[in-house]
Amino acid sequence: MVSRKYKGWLYLIPALIFIILFLIYPLIDVFVYSFEEGYNSASQTYFGVGWYNYSYVLHDPYFLQAVRNTFILVAITVPLSTGFALLISLCLNSITKLKEWFQTIYFLPYVTNTLAVGLVFMVLFKKTAYSEGLINLLLNAVGLSSVDFISGPYWAKMLVLCVYTIWVVLPFKVLILTSALASVNQDYYNAAKVDGTSPWRIFTRITLPMISPMIFYLVITGFIGAFKAYSDAVALFGVDLNAAGMNTIVGYVYDMLYGNGGGYPSYASAAAIILFAIVLSITCINLLVSKKHVHY
Amino acid sequence: MKIILKHLTKIFPNRTKNKPDVIAVNDFDFEIPDGQLVGLLGPSGCGKSTLLNLISGLLEPTTGQIYFGDDDVTKLSPENRGVGMVFQNYALYPHLTARQNIVFPLENLKGKDKLTKEQLNEKAEEAARLVQIENLLERKPSEMSGGQQQRVAIARAIVKKPRVLLLDEPLSNLDARLRLQTREEIRRIQRETAITTIFVTHDQEEAMSISDFIIVMKDGIINQIGKPQDIYDDPVNLFVAKFLGTPQINVFAGEVKNGKIYIGEQAVMKIKGVEDQKVHIAIRPEGFIPEARGPLTCQLQAVEVTGRDTSIVSTNPAFDGAAIRSIISSDIKIPADQKEVHFSIKPHKIHLFSVADEKRIYFETEG
Amino acid sequence: MNIEFEKMERQLRRRQRIKKVLTYGLLVIWAICVIFPFYWMILTSFKSYGSYTSEYVPKFFTLSPTIENYIEVFTAVPFARYLLNTLIFAVLTTGGMLLVIILAAFAFSKLDFKGNNLVFTILLSLMMIPNELVVITNFVTITNWNMRNTFLGLILPSITSIFYIYLLKENFSQVPDEIYSAAKVDGTSDLKFLFKVLIPICRPTIVTVVILKVIECWNSYVWPRLITDQQSYFLVSNGIQEIRENGFGRENIPAMMAAVVVISLPLMILFLAFHKKIMEGVARGGTKG
Repeated sequence: MVSRKYKGWLYLIPALIFIILFLIYPLIDVFVYSFEEGYNSASQTYFGVGWYNYSYVLHDPYFLQAVRNTFILVAITVPLSTGFALLISLCLNSITKLKEWFQTIYFLPYVTNTLAVGLVFMVLFKKTAYSEGLINLLLNAVGLSSVDFISGPYWAKMLVLCVYTIWVVLPFKVLILTSALASVNQDYYNAAKVDGTSPWRIFTRITLPMISPMIFYLVITGFIGAFKAYSDAVALFGVDLNAAGMNTIVGYVYDMLYGNGGGYPSYASAAAIILFAIVLSITCINLLVSKKHVHY
Repeated sequence: MKIILKHLTKIFPNRTKNKPDVIAVNDFDFEIPDGQLVGLLGPSGCGKSTLLNLISGLLEPTTGQIYFGDDDVTKLSPENRGVGMVFQNYALYPHLTARQNIVFPLENLKGKDKLTKEQLNEKAEEAARLVQIENLLERKPSEMSGGQQQRVAIARAIVKKPRVLLLDEPLSNLDARLRLQTREEIRRIQRETAITTIFVTHDQEEAMSISDFIIVMKDGIINQIGKPQDIYDDPVNLFVAKFLGTPQINVFAGEVKNGKIYIGEQAVMKIKGVEDQKVHIAIRPEGFIPEARGPLTCQLQAVEVTGRDTSIVSTNPAFDGAAIRSIISSDIKIPADQKEVHFSIKPHKIHLFSVADEKRIYFETEG
Repeated sequence: MNIEFEKMERQLRRRQRIKKVLTYGLLVIWAICVIFPFYWMILTSFKSYGSYTSEYVPKFFTLSPTIENYIEVFTAVPFARYLLNTLIFAVLTTGGMLLVIILAAFAFSKLDFKGNNLVFTILLSLMMIPNELVVITNFVTITNWNMRNTFLGLILPSITSIFYIYLLKENFSQVPDEIYSAAKVDGTSDLKFLFKVLIPICRPTIVTVVILKVIECWNSYVWPRLITDQQSYFLVSNGIQEIRENGFGRENIPAMMAAVVVISLPLMILFLAFHKKIMEGVARGGTKG
């Protein structure tokens, strides 16, 4: 009978071991790393403790570039993808024929290998010796001159990155919003219709408030996800993102850890913690805003 | 198998501070004889399900012992106690057919008790026959009605010939007609198997109708143990008197003065052996006899006719509830437009309870 | 009066028709945007290197499909190896994770022990921790354990997923406690209850978890890239990246697309077979990664 009180722990042991080893210990350790100055991964020694790693990272032009890139990416993709997802979900919800087909097709990008499909986007946008690339040809067709989207001007590259990011994140948002819309009780709409409410008023006064929790959920997860952007950029611009000027914060962390000129876990840790601080504060702001505006 | 409880107590510590712990079962000390059908009766939250879970081993007692026959089973976990249990929502395994459900407990037997496939099927069919669901064995619970699921649950509980069968509110999820039928069924199955059976219910009628014994509980304390009729006729306190019987017993505020029971100003009966005091006077519905010169006068509200008998609804200033209900033979005709009705009271249908602790006050009738 | 009414009706109907056309138009355009990259990669993968490079304006179809690109994918680079590695990685990780999370979810949902709620709450709060924060130390840990370029090193950190423990625990909790009590009274051991009752009842959720985890494994890129630098341990993502960087000796886009098709195909098939389950599972609160 005594064992009954402890049996639960027995079943938890495997999970707890893994969580402690690969989640809790690293979580503590990353802070330790970030304050150890001059850490040498070969000899595992360090000179002292302090803020030097943070200061180094914050003065590293590559990091500042990465922060700039990430913020631009977030600022563009989060509102655009959420708005576009809402539009598509509304359309989806207003039809009955082919609805499931569309839904299934729209979800397709979610299950694809980001890296692999990124290559297709690269091919579509790329200017090569033998072809302008499909997108450029389309631009030419409407009278615009072609741009090298993959290794050309900064804004062209950023545009491709945003387009691809939106393409990748949209399935999840469309899925969540469609099911949120579908779960709104039809009676509200019927009641509003009987009252002679205009469609726009129905949308702003009934639909939006009803699905506002889900929209905010998507905005919050969208921010978090966009701040962690990395493999999309790798797929489009290659591993050496610093050279392409398209690095992201996460990319900076990994580059510091490993890869060309890597081997600096202290710098990587400091950068990761800065990222975490940014994400945490933005999430908190989001939550505060949502408390004011979400109607549930 | 007889069941003996020795000073059994279960205390649930209260999680929030400043609130007392909950004593769900308080110092239970009694014996249930072998082969009896015992009804555990009480309002919801009185600790009766806790007691059942203590006996099954799903809960550990805080103090005290439980014996099955001569074996102390207090420290045994439920899988080793040899009890069968039927749950309120039946708790059938939804992914298994009726047959697989019934066989499930038998498959847990190990070593020399292990049964062959034929033996398993034979036992399952025997149990199914007993509860009359032989033709439903291949169905899944979702394809059966509540009553049928109930039978599967009973078959599953008795298939391994448990030492004790426990039923937790077995009828509460059935509709009224099925409830009547199923309780007869439970009675029959219990008779045929002769397994000591305890069943929990908050429905006094259910408990009275099929139990050999009733245990009336309130707030973790046993109020009375006895045969249904004995408890009905002879309740030890006001709670038991009120809890048993439909319509409920009628309770008046009154007093005993000079060897007479007074309801309000009306002396309704002469008694002996009780000191003068304020009392609760409780009269069973069938204890009223309408008589033109009866000592108790009530204001008539309605006469409800069921055909078999007649129930008179009336009021009296000294009455505690909304309306006095009395049941009389349908042979006696009461005109419904009458303003007042007069009763005399059958002496053995009137009980007195102390105002202080609601305990029964016994009296002798004159003559 | 009547004519007025009819006019209004007609106007309303016309407006509805326009709305319908616009709605379907938008949906079809986006569907094309979603499908086009897939079409393009399949199309390109069947074009020969010669014909691809000679098309200034790429053709939207090919009259002479060739499988030479696929042959190249499997001969010029050890692509079969990548596929096999990814398969092993996905199977072992998913299997290991299932065992660990099922036991944990069972303990959280059905066993009564001191600290149950506390531990579960702590775990839930750990869900907020981004992977990027712990990956650094994990990289150092695995390196110190000399597990770089091993399957163990690849697998170990992703064996637990608090999110899936949470998902499964919620599902297990929906199975009434009385069923657990019934099994106990029937003499069922905890393990037997888990495998004979709880898992069969909750199979739909478990299947969903498995599919989602397999997809996650198939697409994982960052951790394998950190932990493997020998081609013989590359997963498909790393393989495709390697092809992108170093190509097939020359920049051979049709062959690259063939590789992309080979990588994407298993997931496509999985998705088409289980799209209802996958979408349901994701809608219940899954996020990518």
